[in-house]
Amino acid sequence: MVDAAVVDLSRLQFALTALYHFLFVPLTLGLSFILVIMETVYVMTGKPIYKDMTRFWGKLFGINFAMGVATGITLEFQFGTNWSYYAHYVGDIFGAPLAIEGLMAFFLESTFIGLFFFGWDRLSRVQHLLVTFLVALGSSLSALWILIANAWMQNPMGAEFNPETMRMELASFSDVLFNPVAQVKFVHTAAAGYVTGAMFVLGVSAWYMLKGRDLNFARRSFAVAAGFGLAAVLSVITLGDESGYELGEVQQMKLASIESEWQTHEPPASFKLFGIPDMQGRETDYAVEIPWVMGLIATRSVDEPVYGIKHLVQANRERIVKGARAYGLLQKMRAGEASIADRVAFNEIKDNLGYGLLLKRYTDQPSAATPAQIEQAALATVPNVPVVFWTFRLMVLAGFIMLFIFAAAVYFCAKRTAGDKRWLLKMALWAIPLPWLAAELGWITAEMGRQPWAIGGILPTGLAVSSHSVGDLIFSLGGFVLFYSALAVVEVWLMLKYIRKGPSSLGTGRYHFEQAAA
Amino acid sequence: MLFDYTTLQLIWWGLVAVLLIGFALTDGFDMGAGMLMPFLGRTDTERRVIVNVLGPHWDGNQVWFILAGGALFAAWPMVYAAAFSGLYIPLLLVLFGLILRPGGFEYRSKVDDGRWRSSWDWLLFAGSAVPALLFGVAIGNLFLGLPFRLDADLRSFYEGGFFALLHPFALLAGVTSVALLAMHGGTYLQLRTEGVLRERATRAARWMALVMVLAFGAAGLWLAAGMEGLRIIAMPRGESVQPLAKSVAIVDGAWLDNYRQAPLTLLAPVAGFAGALGVLLLSGRGRGVLPFAASTVAVVGVLLTAGVSLFPFIMPSSIDPVSSLTVWDATSSHRTLSIMLWAAVIFVPIILLYTSWAFRVMRGRVTEAHVEENSGSLY
Repeated sequence: MVDAAVVDLSRLQFALTALYHFLFVPLTLGLSFILVIMETVYVMTGKPIYKDMTRFWGKLFGINFAMGVATGITLEFQFGTNWSYYAHYVGDIFGAPLAIEGLMAFFLESTFIGLFFFGWDRLSRVQHLLVTFLVALGSSLSALWILIANAWMQNPMGAEFNPETMRMELASFSDVLFNPVAQVKFVHTAAAGYVTGAMFVLGVSAWYMLKGRDLNFARRSFAVAAGFGLAAVLSVITLGDESGYELGEVQQMKLASIESEWQTHEPPASFKLFGIPDMQGRETDYAVEIPWVMGLIATRSVDEPVYGIKHLVQANRERIVKGARAYGLLQKMRAGEASIADRVAFNEIKDNLGYGLLLKRYTDQPSAATPAQIEQAALATVPNVPVVFWTFRLMVLAGFIMLFIFAAAVYFCAKRTAGDKRWLLKMALWAIPLPWLAAELGWITAEMGRQPWAIGGILPTGLAVSSHSVGDLIFSLGGFVLFYSALAVVEVWLMLKYIRKGPSSLGTGRYHFEQAAA
Repeated sequence: MLFDYTTLQLIWWGLVAVLLIGFALTDGFDMGAGMLMPFLGRTDTERRVIVNVLGPHWDGNQVWFILAGGALFAAWPMVYAAAFSGLYIPLLLVLFGLILRPGGFEYRSKVDDGRWRSSWDWLLFAGSAVPALLFGVAIGNLFLGLPFRLDADLRSFYEGGFFALLHPFALLAGVTSVALLAMHGGTYLQLRTEGVLRERATRAARWMALVMVLAFGAAGLWLAAGMEGLRIIAMPRGESVQPLAKSVAIVDGAWLDNYRQAPLTLLAPVAGFAGALGVLLLSGRGRGVLPFAASTVAVVGVLLTAGVSLFPFIMPSSIDPVSSLTVWDATSSHRTLSIMLWAAVIFVPIILLYTSWAFRVMRGRVTEAHVEENSGSLY
């Protein structure tokens, strides 16, 4: 059995490093396309202010990008350092999208980012625009491959267990690529990044407008961000709804937990606006419900049920029993003692093998597990309901607030009165943290909602870890906290310094502080 | 599938070698120049020249490292799992080093303050020197064998501490690696700077070439003196890899087997020496293309020497030789290797194409005058 403290610390480290990395990624995703829009206007109109906009927001982009790179390296290696059994067990499938991400996306983004900063005087206008576009394309393609990999963890397809190699092996690469969860997740996540970039530019521009500084520069930036942001936030919400439908198909336990739905009710299911999930009593107190909505989101129908947690636990218990048998047969096969009948029996129930592995948390010998252990393992297939229930709702709330802000910004930009609406400018400024909050909360919903699985139905999280000592993990966790905190302070300080300077930092002589000095 | 499994496994050994060599050749000169920077650059402007020589390319160069990690995951998942979890502390130190580098490039010149800039210079130095040293130490330890074993479920267990890795032979390999990359960085700076900075880079490259020849030679003598190595006695072949099914013997001098059987492979160490000697002789002459070319030959030669000596082993085990991971039993499935080969065949040439274009656009020497004129926009 793997030490529970090692599992917890490994999870904590992965969560911290991933959440931290994801402070920088969404801004890279969004800001890069905003740079493309601004530079396109520059190339088409030849107005220098659009070049200044590209270069100024590009400076902030660079400060953020450096941190994205620094923290991303860790993640590429962490599956090996801390999740080595995972790396062995599913590397045959999971490694491929990560490697292709490097080949197709990360190289593109990282090679052209250098030309973006250093190539202004060496490239023609159109060439430079192409470079900026390739940086943006690279960052979004990168997200695509990472989410193909992540979607496979949520909804593994196109893979088969090989008893001889004791691991999952690729059966169909196209199933991995065209995993429906991947497509939905990619658009939802990339669009969330675009929202982040837009909110950042919108909020900072609003601040310049409130201060009455560099108004021409700020108004134009505000307008670009408003339009791009509205389109993006609409896609996030639409695709968020589409994810709900996918969950209804493939991750019913996660959906039931997000809904804190313990019982299966008569269709169509209602959506809980509010409630206090009670893990012990297995019920939800003070629920405020909107009829029909959940049934429509999850099943796109009014007559199909959305299964409750208790029903799903019951189904999991049956699979755990079969999985324990499968594990016993697998051991016989690997010891060379299996008869032909054993092999046939194994092939019939091998899809449940992962459920048998859940018992490894309670016993070294799953095939000899007691009914009490099986019951324990079945109950442990329920994720932390209050966490996913609340993170999900707060994420949605943040999304709708941003929808309102972008819609209002677009409306008043169209009427050319956005600059006079101080309430809107203030709201945009104060809303800057919202997209980050929503993204992190969404990540927590998605990843904690998948527990106890590292790979849904195939590999329990507790088995996936490396065999480290607690001391090793404290060293690494301490190191990350130290390095990351120090860098966060530096990054935010530098970002604020350049935001305060504004476009005057370009040294063109055209902006606020330079004019004041002259 | 076009290739049979064994052929594909061999091709993937070559592809991993290509990626690691790509990493050592490109990120190698970044690290080398980063290590030399605080010593070669005496004024802020001189240091900025070096940072701006590297500035447009360091990020793209570093992707070779990340890609090598991804390729190991996809092609050699057991190696990725056992090596990175086993070498946990050293790999973390490498990562911490690499985490510092982006700030060293991107943040250093964004604040006009001497202490700020010199702090980042030393962080950039550490972020370059620590990985360079530890990569060498890790490769040295592959020759000694790592204390890991696999259990029946193929879970890997590592039974050794960090300080046990600092064996004299491993440290010798570490010195070789540092000298090799510093030499490579020195030759790159000869190509991209001018004046006094270029002269200092020339001198540094020569010294480092000398250290590299001595350390590489000493390591070679150590091997020739009969260091224990592993030899495969029997290896079952099939469509499923089974790392625990082979039999392995411990033999004195086994790491020289390949040179005895295929003397042509001796070209690898010869290239290592010849390249470094080339740097010694050619540095300071002409435009700087020749010493850089010689250094490139040296880097390729040294890396191939490590790979060829160990082949077909990738990760030998010192406590349970049967658990050692090899080219034939640590790979992904036939299908995954085949698909990933096509991905590499399509994308690696494209990457080489646009990377060369990026270097072409930014070609030429970075001068102090250029840095001072563009103080606001450069690194």
